[in-house]
Amino acid sequence: MTEAAIAVNELSVRFGLATAVDNVSFSVASGESFGLVGESGSGKTTVLRVLAGLIGHWTGRAQVGGHALGAKRPKALARVVQLVFQDPYASLHPLHTVDRVLSEVATIHGLANAQKRIVGTLQAVGLGPEFRFRFPHQLSGGQRQRVAIARALILEPSILLLDEPTSALDVSVQAEILNLLRRLRAERGLTLLLVSHNLAVVANLCDRVAVMRLGRLVEQADVERLRTSTPEHAYTRQLLAASRGYDRAAAEIEEQASPA
Amino acid sequence: MSETLLEVEDLHVHFETATRRVDAVRGVSFRMGREKLGIVGESGSGKSVTGRAIIGQVPAPGIVTAGRLVFDGIDLPGLGKRARRALTGRRIGMIMQDPKFSLNPVMTVGSQIAEAYQVHARSSGSEARARTLEMLRTVRIREPERVFDLYPHEVSGGMGQRVMIAMMLIPEPDLLIADEPTSALDVTVQTQVLAIIDDLVTQRGMGLIFISHDLNLVGSFCDRVLVMYGGRVMETCRADELDRARHPYTRGLLAALPRIEAPPGDLPVLNRDPAWLA
Repeated sequence: MTEAAIAVNELSVRFGLATAVDNVSFSVASGESFGLVGESGSGKTTVLRVLAGLIGHWTGRAQVGGHALGAKRPKALARVVQLVFQDPYASLHPLHTVDRVLSEVATIHGLANAQKRIVGTLQAVGLGPEFRFRFPHQLSGGQRQRVAIARALILEPSILLLDEPTSALDVSVQAEILNLLRRLRAERGLTLLLVSHNLAVVANLCDRVAVMRLGRLVEQADVERLRTSTPEHAYTRQLLAASRGYDRAAAEIEEQASPA
Repeated sequence: MSETLLEVEDLHVHFETATRRVDAVRGVSFRMGREKLGIVGESGSGKSVTGRAIIGQVPAPGIVTAGRLVFDGIDLPGLGKRARRALTGRRIGMIMQDPKFSLNPVMTVGSQIAEAYQVHARSSGSEARARTLEMLRTVRIREPERVFDLYPHEVSGGMGQRVMIAMMLIPEPDLLIADEPTSALDVTVQTQVLAIIDDLVTQRGMGLIFISHDLNLVGSFCDRVLVMYGGRVMETCRADELDRARHPYTRGLLAALPRIEAPPGDLPVLNRDPAWLA
């Protein structure tokens, strides 16, 4: 294995009295696609926000693309790692055109040939030049998520952090975005860290998966192993069963296992 | 299918504003008995509006027209506004997607459920309280006395959804319409809430309309499935035969769904055919 693109060691994050992330360690190799699965409150998004430099008060060690993370977020970090948010209906400024969204990034980071890059990045995410001067309300949900991905890609980061990138989208649109992410990863050699509550989405895009529950990392496995054998941890088995649909028998088991 | 509980024929709903007209539901027809009927479709397919049209709760400026809309032998549009509300309130319940937005934040959950009972049953306060506690136990809330006095912000999402179910079931309706009742919940909680709905529907012999975008869930939970697209019914089939659906739209949706068993690789993308809506 080459040097890890992302390495997290004994990471803990507390908000007041609540411990959101509890002693989590994992690493993602360069070019790998890694999934972080868990339910709401499991701490998966918090891990992502630490890696993006959006949370300062944490303990442990974290390294992203060769940068050791500290309390402050260096501007250069943005060139290495970018975050795509869950809901493209909320993450794009409603009064800014696609062009303004992208050129703002270019201006902040003093990119040369901003014009060319904007057109090129839009093309890379499958949007023609006719989309460049549209407002978010003139775009469908899938097109908005493509813009959000373009905004992340325009800085040409080597690591993309994805927070539930398809959970606000319909299945048919979800398929398009997953295909786009797979293609971008192959073309640009991106390292992906995908956070999702949906094990099937993670299995489609990732090589390895880590399961989080109540701030702790309970299991790490190759996706290939999830396909062929039973996971070790009971909670992972629950997630796996739930992803296959409703099963009356599974509900009985759960009730005995976990107090609601 | 047993006797007909609900009959919908040529249902249309449109929304008209100064600048444009949106046809949300365009000629939907189906009939159902005391069974679990799933309505599945993507956002904008008209599935939620269909559910709302049945209970007469389409938001303004929506206009509903139907050839027939008959519930247990009663012509719904023929009833006056008050009579219809009284009937649907007691005999048709609707569970919405997110308990956070459906519960009154300044009333305790117990008093909200008790209110739902008293409106329809004209009972004393103590009887309503007793019935509420019993109902909370039915939806498997462990300490009903404690939960009775909690406010909605003090309960978890899964418990909030159980409270909603309790509220909808306390007048003992004949038909329950559940609009994405579990999509705001975590998967493991989702299974438990579904099991509660499942048991109650089966034990009480209710009809259930289960509205969802999740094909896996509808296929494994319901008896029959209606697939909607663009305000129309594309096809109807038995839920356990959903994976053998014939309509290209249904097949396209099923193919686009990522599956754990499938090897990684590009997912087939749905190609929409305008002829489906012709």
